[in-house]
Amino acid sequence: MVGDMTVRRVMGIETEYGISVPGNPSANPMILSGDVVTSYARAQGIRPARASWDYEDEAPLRDARGFEMGRAQAHPSQLTDQWGGLELPEDPTLANVVLTNGARLYVDHAHPEYSSPEVTSPRAAVTWDRAGELIMRAAVERLATVPPGVNLYKNNTDGKGASYGTHENYLMDRATPFARVVRDLTGFFVVRQVICGSGRVGIGVESRVNGYQLAQRSDFFEVEVGLETTLKRPIINTRDEPHAVADKYRRVHVIIGDANHADVANLLKMGMTSLILAMIEDDALRGELVVRNPVSTLQAVSHDPALNALVELTDGRRLTGLELLTEYHDRVAAYLQRRYAGELDADTAEVMQWWSLVLDKLARDPMEARREVDWVAKLAVLEGYRGRDHLGWGDPRLRAVDIQWSDVRAERGLAHRMAATGKVETLIPDAEVARAVHEPPEDTRAWFRGTCLRRFPDQVVAASWDSVVFDVTGSRVFQRVPMLEPLRGTKASVGDIVLGARSAEDLLNALATAQSRS
Amino acid sequence: MAGQEQKRPKGRDDGPDDLPAPAPAAAQVSATEIDDILDEIDGVLESNAEEFVRGFVQKGGQ
Repeated sequence: MVGDMTVRRVMGIETEYGISVPGNPSANPMILSGDVVTSYARAQGIRPARASWDYEDEAPLRDARGFEMGRAQAHPSQLTDQWGGLELPEDPTLANVVLTNGARLYVDHAHPEYSSPEVTSPRAAVTWDRAGELIMRAAVERLATVPPGVNLYKNNTDGKGASYGTHENYLMDRATPFARVVRDLTGFFVVRQVICGSGRVGIGVESRVNGYQLAQRSDFFEVEVGLETTLKRPIINTRDEPHAVADKYRRVHVIIGDANHADVANLLKMGMTSLILAMIEDDALRGELVVRNPVSTLQAVSHDPALNALVELTDGRRLTGLELLTEYHDRVAAYLQRRYAGELDADTAEVMQWWSLVLDKLARDPMEARREVDWVAKLAVLEGYRGRDHLGWGDPRLRAVDIQWSDVRAERGLAHRMAATGKVETLIPDAEVARAVHEPPEDTRAWFRGTCLRRFPDQVVAASWDSVVFDVTGSRVFQRVPMLEPLRGTKASVGDIVLGARSAEDLLNALATAQSRS
Repeated sequence: MAGQEQKRPKGRDDGPDDLPAPAPAAAQVSATEIDDILDEIDGVLESNAEEFVRGFVQKGGQ
């Protein structure tokens, strides 16, 4: 999949949710986030902590067919990489669980975070991202039984100086030089907010200037490239922790996106980015679209909902953010035409058609894209209030609409009400999202992880992106199955073995037999 | 995900016949439509907006 000219690749979305207790702004967010994770986990039957294990006692490894073989190299210091599959620690702020859909639900500092399972298409990324919304909603509903409860928000700032992330992950070809990624991806990240921004009332990290801007996150970025994620945030994050075969894959960890509610914008965020990465892998952009002063331009584009702000390229051309995003589209389209003469896989075709349609709408009149683009949908409502009630941009009611837009509750969350009443385009049927709360994607290792948790909950003691650890009867030591290749451990490759096993012992024996035969 | 229905918008590369008709009127959110939305939101919006906004304080994250 890596290197092919398609929108499909291994990807996922991780979202930190805003958290608050009604009427108590000083409630401890770390403890509250722990409550969110543990209440959901307990409702799913995930049990209290089990004994931790000793890596000195690590068993010779059993490997699944196609999985990497070899003795685990883990040291106690690497225990932080293992998520307690069925563990709930004494300290709730360390709560960290794996779900049957293959996702990770945990406390990331002061926010509950849902990291989706690995998927292979933008459509699946949207599906399992929205499953995360339902999981957070279920936690809120449980906590509401003890007033005042806890509310969660799928947004990225409080408008008072704090920001928390929605990160995307994409695996790409390790052979691609990172300098090329920086050169050719930065300009795209400056302008993709024209489609992907979720809209924000207030300008500046503390909203000191009244107004409306395209993206929640843009004001929080200070440098072009760097390793940080919480300070001096960079447009291109250099974290290189592939959780996969490191000489084959690089994980591009994108920290500049907003949390989306609109399916089309979310699909395009993942799809456009994946296609640009494919062109970069093939060195098809060749440094021809490099933006001057990317950080200040990022903010200038975000601050202009009329979409007139100009972006200057290093070749001296000046064009609007929308025009530059259109140029990226046209280059991708021409490239696909050259390579495939228009014969596209369904996922790629879907992304290209929406990309084109939304650009056309934004070019005619940005308000036309209110069914597809979050910032436009939110702006239409805010302008309605401004017109009806004669409100200035500094009015707290507008800021309340902005925050409540992302409330995870179906009846209170304005984005959810807009979707439920048909005001925004829905690409993924609700039933499919509900299924993804419990079911893993079938075409990545997330299937193995999630299905093992569902079938053998008493015997999975831990898991991580690239391993599942079993406690099996008759073995003095834990058995660790490494899964360094994200495209193995799929239902197609190990479904018969996993679904046919009566116990974890049975499963490990069958995997070992399959391994020795292959 | 096999067999799912995928919504297919018209693309601008599909030829002139398939282009969405330019509809400048559609750009204006109709007064009725927005009124309906506002009425609905009025019913669920936090009643004390100022206090709600002041109380929404987050610690930083990634």
